[in-house]
Amino acid sequence: MFLEIKDLSVKIENKNILKSLNLNINKGEVHAIMGPNGSGKSTLANVLAGKEDYEILNGKINFKDNDLFDLNIEERAQEGMFLAFQYPVEIPGVNITPFLHSAINSKRKRMNEAEIDNLSFAKLLKSKASDLGINIDMLKRSVNTGFSGGEKKRYEILQMSILDPDLAILDETDSGLDIDALKIVTDGVNKLKTKNNSFLIITHYQKLLDYIKPDYVHVMVNGSIVKSGGSEIASEIEKDGFQKFQ
Amino acid sequence: MNSETLNTLDSYSKNKYKYGFVTEIDDEKPKKGLNENTIKFISQKKNEPEWMLDWRLKAYSKWKKMQEPKWANLSFPEIDYQDIYYYSAPKGFEKKPKDLSEVDPKLIETYNKLGIPLEEQKVLAGVAVDVVFDSVSVATTYKGELEKLGIIFCSIGEAIQKHPDLIKKYLGSVIPPGDHSFSALNSAVFTDGSFVYIPEGVQCPMELSTYFRINAENTGQFERTLIIADKGSYVSYLEGCTAPKRDDNQLHAANVELIALEDAEIKYSTVQNWYPGDEDGKGGIYNFVTKRGLCAGKNSKISWTQVETGSAITWKYPSCILKGDNSIGEFYSVAITNNFQQADTGTKMTHIGRNTKSKIISKGISLGHSQNTYRGEVSFLRKADKARNYTQCDSLLVGNQCGAHTVPYIDSKNNTAVIEHEASTSKINEDQLYYCRQRGLSHEEAVSLIVNGFCKQVLQELPMEFAVEAQKLVSISLEGSVG
Repeated sequence: MFLEIKDLSVKIENKNILKSLNLNINKGEVHAIMGPNGSGKSTLANVLAGKEDYEILNGKINFKDNDLFDLNIEERAQEGMFLAFQYPVEIPGVNITPFLHSAINSKRKRMNEAEIDNLSFAKLLKSKASDLGINIDMLKRSVNTGFSGGEKKRYEILQMSILDPDLAILDETDSGLDIDALKIVTDGVNKLKTKNNSFLIITHYQKLLDYIKPDYVHVMVNGSIVKSGGSEIASEIEKDGFQKFQ
Repeated sequence: MNSETLNTLDSYSKNKYKYGFVTEIDDEKPKKGLNENTIKFISQKKNEPEWMLDWRLKAYSKWKKMQEPKWANLSFPEIDYQDIYYYSAPKGFEKKPKDLSEVDPKLIETYNKLGIPLEEQKVLAGVAVDVVFDSVSVATTYKGELEKLGIIFCSIGEAIQKHPDLIKKYLGSVIPPGDHSFSALNSAVFTDGSFVYIPEGVQCPMELSTYFRINAENTGQFERTLIIADKGSYVSYLEGCTAPKRDDNQLHAANVELIALEDAEIKYSTVQNWYPGDEDGKGGIYNFVTKRGLCAGKNSKISWTQVETGSAITWKYPSCILKGDNSIGEFYSVAITNNFQQADTGTKMTHIGRNTKSKIISKGISLGHSQNTYRGEVSFLRKADKARNYTQCDSLLVGNQCGAHTVPYIDSKNNTAVIEHEASTSKINEDQLYYCRQRGLSHEEAVSLIVNGFCKQVLQELPMEFAVEAQKLVSISLEGSVG
């Protein structure tokens, strides 16, 4: 199994957020999690990425034959987990090129691969950016600094395409995007999809799923997955909302 | 951050202060302690004319009556001025070597170890270097090339011999010996330092650089630097410094005077990396430095850029006196304190002329148990019509045992002055760390990256050769302080 979440319960500040959650993802699969606000979707994303604010009450997560709880944030990233943030943070004064260059090399180091040199990396970055329709000028700016919501999301997808993760988690990447930006972002995801990597897409609306075809859709309510199935579930939600699942 | 910086970080994790070695070399010292005989000894060693000795003795008599300035937010045991050597020279330096073949190979090796090769062909292209070892100037490179342009770049000792008119006119003209006790002390016992004169209309084609090294034990270093940019000229000057690791505190009290005449510009950059003491606060350099520039002529400009990472104690306020109309003063500073370091640093901008402008960008980063203070004074005198100042002071705290303090004074006697002041204090942002680590960077790399980003506004003011060094230094200074 590629990613196996078993009986996961998590709390933060005395509030139980995830309750006995189970989820399995195989290589090459695209899963979507839909749910109303406050159902624990983003918590799941952050617990997977290793954010330290949460208390794990119970359960196990297995990722690529590792007990995920044995790995810290950067080790998980280096193992191929990528989180596209809902609200990417600004890092003033830090240019994307050295930032991503260090990131990719730390991953390569862990995988015992040779580091990529400055010049090859600059070329790689430029070509990925132009694939995603990102203006080269944007690469000269500081990470996320002064970016519009749409720019930030595109930038996340650019980083994802450079780091080429085994498991990409997209946390409400569609929120705040107009239809053109949404197309660019989803095109990027579709280009990256292979039979060796997997996607976990967290979203509120069905709209995103018009562009990315998930293999499975899960409905999350109140900290647990209450229903799983194919893309037909997304259409149900679009029609009737989350009411009937609650 | 590039992989080079990462490699440096790795190499430093074992030996944090790699400049901490001692060169075993015979040296020549007078007796410890400060009295008229010490001063006469120094003056005689340097073969100085009578007027210079008188100047020193006058400063000494002022010093005797003075108290150390007490305004700074620093605490340290009282300095015993009688327990310091005031002069130390590698043996055989009564006559300065004419060229490098006459220099003790051990000295050349020392500088190679420090990454400052003295052979001209190996010196970074376009940087002329004057090297000061303890109390004497060891070598000045590229002298011939500069002489063709009429540029004088030599040790101050040599300038006293060869250019007495310039020395008499300008030495002490910006920092009077009686200004405060450290300037009086320096004036009395200064040993060496650099002298620069750029003639009218000449744009100095290369960076001029001085490298200071304290080697001998219990020795104070009191260098004196004087830079004069004549009308319409330009010079960029770099200063670097290191010292061996020793358990005792060593005193460094330098004076730097800059004079920019009409339409002239001086850019002065420092990367200060004196030994900061160990993790428990033992040892390290006491760095009491007075740096002051005078924009004497119309449209002149003086710009100070400093990266302060070393020293147990830093007391330093590079300042500008904006006398000429339309003159400009700038101060860009990064001060990083770690372990038990204390820094009280900032600037003074004195607006005298009309339409004068000053800009202050200060970035303080505190880690460990350190204390970091920005202290600044911006004043506008009565005739400074339409003068402007912009000040930005940002402090970044890493951990919860350290302190950041900002003490800005503003004094305006002219109501057309425009003053802007921005200040911020922040802790290193957890969300930024999370974001970087999610991309695969270690906690330490992430901190280093964020701090380098925080300092970028200042680091980008440094000349290219220095900027890379400074960036590495910033990363190294953060070592072992996070997690």
